Amino acid sequence: MPTIENTYSLYINRKETRVTVSPDMPILWLLRDVIGLTGTKFGCGMAQCGACTIHLDGEAVRSCVTSVSRAVGKEIITIEGLSPEGDHPLQHAWAEVNVPQCGYCQAGQLMSAAVLLRENPEPTDQDIDDAMSGNICRCGTYLRIRKAIHLAAAIQKSRAKQS
Amino acid sequence: MISLNHKKRLPGSPHRSKRYYYVISSIVAFLALINMSAFKSESGSAGLSELLKPHFSKQDSMISKRAFLQVYKVLMSPRCMNCHPSGDIPLQGDDSHFHLQGVKRGHDGTGLYALKCGNCHQSHNLPGLHMPPGNPKWHLPPANMKMVFQGRTPHQLALQLLDKKRNGGRSIKALVDHITSDTLVLSGWTPADGLSKPPLTHKAFVNAFNEWIKHGAISPDPENK
Repeated sequence: MPTIENTYSLYINRKETRVTVSPDMPILWLLRDVIGLTGTKFGCGMAQCGACTIHLDGEAVRSCVTSVSRAVGKEIITIEGLSPEGDHPLQHAWAEVNVPQCGYCQAGQLMSAAVLLRENPEPTDQDIDDAMSGNICRCGTYLRIRKAIHLAAAIQKSRAKQS
Repeated sequence: MISLNHKKRLPGSPHRSKRYYYVISSIVAFLALINMSAFKSESGSAGLSELLKPHFSKQDSMISKRAFLQVYKVLMSPRCMNCHPSGDIPLQGDDSHFHLQGVKRGHDGTGLYALKCGNCHQSHNLPGLHMPPGNPKWHLPPANMKMVFQGRTPHQLALQLLDKKRNGGRSIKALVDHITSDTLVLSGWTPADGLSKPPLTHKAFVNAFNEWIKHGAISPDPENK
């Protein structure tokens, strides 16, 4: 059975991008194989691990199970677009605390953490657990992730005071 | 038996004095009053009898209770109960284990932060074992109206369903509409791959629910587990 392809105009990392793909193609495939944004990683392919987390209209969706058709008229942000200048408080904190070990899951970790910090600028340890427990890290960097999120919250707060 | 007639009569005589009938009817009236007030206190301020007046034609407690036990089987099946947990963590699978990924209810029932229901659950089931089931409205009841099924006895669940303060503010008609046509309820009968359906067909479930209501919405006895 032939695959029916449609042309979509999608907003990815603040740019309009036209693609011709099957409507049920997972966004992860689109990003990596069609557009070439390989920062978002394939982990389990069944929404279990969080490695493929991106933002769809600000929500931390699992791109391995979310189809392209769901993104029509919405904004996709990937790890490459988290901060146009690469200076998101989380990125600073991640580097400062030296969070990654192998690094494979870290794009997904950062995208989930970004939603937490936006909705809760001063998260407690419990809030961090509630937000991040769906992102699995085989290297076990969880303690450094927690530390970095607290640091990012402090950076965000201090920037808000300065502006 | 206590004799209310001081006059001598033969044992087994059917004769009863006027006083006998007066006392018996007073006792019956008194018991009926107690029953009605208990009914009222259990069902909230409106009173069950008032609430149900327009909805049932003939009160038959046996039929009503039996019908609710069928309804109960469905409500306690994983497809219904998994999203009506006693705690704030949704349940998963036919064994109703805690949802993986540490998902929590959140204030409005749609999850918390990066773990909102719609982040993984799509508008439809995804094919394959252990893939997320889907519905456009996938969520739990909100934190201020948890509508818990897990752990409820038939008696408790029947009373809860009829209590607007614990059933999402639904009238009887709204309850019937909810179980008849809400797509989230209906999705229980089109489970994702590898998951079981509720023990009755949806049609049989709706029929049993209507039977329960029509015959008085009587809750099964408290000792009925």
